[in-house]
Amino acid sequence: MLEIKNLVVQIEDKRILNGLNLTVNKGEVAAIMGPNGSGKSTLSYVIAGKEDYEVLDGEILLDGQNLLEMEPDQRAAAGVFLAFQYPLEIPGVASMTFLKATLNAQRKARGQEELTTPDFIKRVNAAAQQLEIPKDMLKRALNVGFSGGEKKRMEILQMALLQPSFCILDETDSGLDIDALRIVSEGVNALRSPDRAFLVITHYQRLLNHIVPDTVHVMHAGRIVKTGGKELALELEANGYADYRESEAA
Amino acid sequence: MPAVQETIDQVRLIDVDQYKYGFETEVEMEKSPKGLSEDVIRFISAKKGEPEWMLQWRLDAYKRWLTMKEPDWARVSYDKIDYNDIYYYAAPKKNPAPKSLDEVDPEILKTYEKLGIPLREQEILAGVEPERRVAVDAVFDSVSVATTFKEELAKAGVIFMPISEAIREYPDLVRQYLGSVVPVTDNFFATLNSAVFTDGSFVYIPPGVRCPMELSTYFRINEKNTGQFERTLIIADKGSYVSYLEGCTAPKRDENQLHAAVVELIALDDAEIKYSTVQNWYPGDAEGRGGIYNFVTKRGDCRGRNSVITWTQVETGSAITWKYPSCILRGDNSRGEFYSIAVSNGMQQVDSGTKMIHLGKNTTSRIISKGIAAGRSENTYRGLVSAHRKATGARNFTNCDSLLIGNQCGAHTVPYIESKNATAVFEHEATTSKISEDQMFYCQQRGLSEEEATALIVNGFVKDVLQQLPMEFAVEAQKLISISLEGSVG
Repeated sequence: MLEIKNLVVQIEDKRILNGLNLTVNKGEVAAIMGPNGSGKSTLSYVIAGKEDYEVLDGEILLDGQNLLEMEPDQRAAAGVFLAFQYPLEIPGVASMTFLKATLNAQRKARGQEELTTPDFIKRVNAAAQQLEIPKDMLKRALNVGFSGGEKKRMEILQMALLQPSFCILDETDSGLDIDALRIVSEGVNALRSPDRAFLVITHYQRLLNHIVPDTVHVMHAGRIVKTGGKELALELEANGYADYRESEAA
Repeated sequence: MPAVQETIDQVRLIDVDQYKYGFETEVEMEKSPKGLSEDVIRFISAKKGEPEWMLQWRLDAYKRWLTMKEPDWARVSYDKIDYNDIYYYAAPKKNPAPKSLDEVDPEILKTYEKLGIPLREQEILAGVEPERRVAVDAVFDSVSVATTFKEELAKAGVIFMPISEAIREYPDLVRQYLGSVVPVTDNFFATLNSAVFTDGSFVYIPPGVRCPMELSTYFRINEKNTGQFERTLIIADKGSYVSYLEGCTAPKRDENQLHAAVVELIALDDAEIKYSTVQNWYPGDAEGRGGIYNFVTKRGDCRGRNSVITWTQVETGSAITWKYPSCILRGDNSRGEFYSIAVSNGMQQVDSGTKMIHLGKNTTSRIISKGIAAGRSENTYRGLVSAHRKATGARNFTNCDSLLIGNQCGAHTVPYIESKNATAVFEHEATTSKISEDQMFYCQQRGLSEEEATALIVNGFVKDVLQQLPMEFAVEAQKLISISLEGSVG
C-alpha cells in the first residue's frame, strides 16, 4: 500500500527526516510514536504534499504511484487523507458546503459522477450520527468557533465521507477529553477495513488503547529506529523515550 | 430551461481568454463628431428629440463643467484623459428607437444573447418560472435598444423606459426629479454626464405599488473611443417597492474608455428601493493596458419618512473604479444600506465606498464592505458617515473587511466619521486578512484544486453580501468572482 524509501527532507536548511524507511500494508493500522521534534508531523505533511518541505532524496509510493510528483489535491483523489492536528477554520463556508465541494471534487478527479444532493445529505447524516455531530454544527462555518473535540470529530466525519484508502491521523488525541476520545476512536475503528490502511501518529499510549494498532514504529531524529507489535507501545509508556535518546548520545 | 440556469450556462460558454465578454459586435454606427463642444451637445439633444429645457439644462452643465477640475483625491493613478478624443454619441444606425424586439438589429440581440441576457420573452410564453421574471432594458453604447415586459408593467402603473423616451413622454416627472439628488454642479464627472448623457433607464413606481418583477438594465460599451454616459432615474412614490438590477460589460480594447454614469434614486414616504449592480467592465490586460475608467456618481435620497434605500454592488471589472453609492437619510426613520464586494486583480485600481448622510431623526444605516485584492491591484474603501446636528438618534454600523491574495497587492481603508449630534451612535469595524497557505493546504488536502480552494474561501468571505443579491444575480456574481480571480494564485 504505502512504501517510503530513504526519505530525506529539510525545511529552511534544517534536516528533519534522515533516510526514513516505512512500509504500511493494506488493512494495517500502523502507529508512529516518538518524542517531540522527532519528525512525526513532518512525515505526515510530506506524505500529504505540503509545500514548505524540501524533499532531497527518497520516494513515497502509494499503490505504486509516486506521490512526490503529485499536487496535494491529486494525492487526495488518489486516496490520501490527513486528519490535522490543528484543523483550519474557513470563515463563511458552511461545513455542509465544504463537505460537498470536497467530495464532488474528488469524485470528479476520479472520473465519477457528482453525488445528487439527496444522496449526499443521506451520507452526511449517517456519518454525523455515528460521530454524535448535531445537525446545526453542519450549518456552521467550518471549524469556526468549534471546540477542540468538535474539530476532531469534524475531521473524522470528513474521513468517513471521503472514504480514503490511506488515512493519517496526526495527534488526533491531543485536546480530547475521555468522551470525545471514545467517539473519535469508534469513528476510526468503524472505518477499519481490509482495503484501508492507517498511520496513527501519537505521543501517548492512551489513544492506542482505543485504536489498537497492528504495528508500532518508534521514530527518532527523522528515522524509524524500532518496529514491533502493539506491546511496544506499552513498553514505551513504561520506560519513556530515554533509551533512544541515550543511544543517540552514545 | 429557467433563466437562471440559462444565464449561467451562457456565461460559462463564452470562453474568450479571462475576460469572457471581450468580443465586439459588428453594427453600423452613427456617431457624433469627436470631442466636446456646444455643437456636440446640440447634436445629441437633437438626436434625442429633446425639448428646449433639456437642451438648456445640458448647456448649463457644460458651461459649468468647463470651469471645473478633475478630482485627484482618490487613490488611483492614470494618464490624463483627453476629453476631446472621445465620441460622446454612438448609436446603431438602423432603428434608433425600435418599437419592438423585431426591429432591433439581430447582431445586437446576438450580443445580448452571448452575454446571457434572456431578452426574448419566450419564457413567459413557455410559462417557465413566471414568478421570477425580469424586465430588461438594454443599452448599447448611447441608446437603449430594447425594453421588455413594457405592457405588463404598464398595467401595474409602473413606468420603465429609456430616459430619452421619458423626457419626451413624461417631461413633468423627469423635470421634477432629474438632478434633484445629484445636482448638475455636483462633481466633475456628474457635471460632464449632465451635459452629454445619452441614455439610461427611467423608472417610476406609483404610490402603493409593489413592482411585479425585478427591473434590469444591461449596459454595453461597444464602439471604439466611445464614452458611455448613462443616466438612471428611479422614483419610488409613497409606499411603493422596487428592486432594480444593473449589469455592465464591454469589449477588449487597447485604449482606455470612459464611463461616467449618474444614478439618482428617490424614495418617498414608506417606499423602498433595492439597487443591485454587477459591474464587469473590461478590466484591462495583465499589464494594465485598456480597460474601462469607471467614474460613477450614484446617490439615493430617502426623501420620505420610513423610506429605505439599499445599494448592493459586486464590482469585478474596470481598470479604475471611482464610485461611492450613497444615501441621504432625509426622512425621519429612514434607512440606508450599502453592501459591497469589490474584487481587484491584475493592475486594477479600485477606490470605492459609500456615504451615509444622516439628516432626519432616528435614521439608521448599515455598511458591509468586502474588498478582495489580488495580483498587483490596489483596493481602497473610502466611506463617509455623518450626522447633521438635527439627526437625533442616528445610528450606523460599518464593517469593512479586506482580503489579500498574494503579496503584491494593497488594501486600504479610509473611513470618515463626522457627528454633530451627541445622540448619534456610530460603530466601525475593520479587518484585513490574507488567505493563509495553511488554509489552502487544508482545502487541497481534501481534494480541491488551488483555484477551487481560493474560490471557496473567497465565497465564504463575501457571503454576507452575496445574500443581499436577488437569487439569480447571486449565482452569476459568485461565478464572476471566481472568473476574475483566475490566475491570481500560484
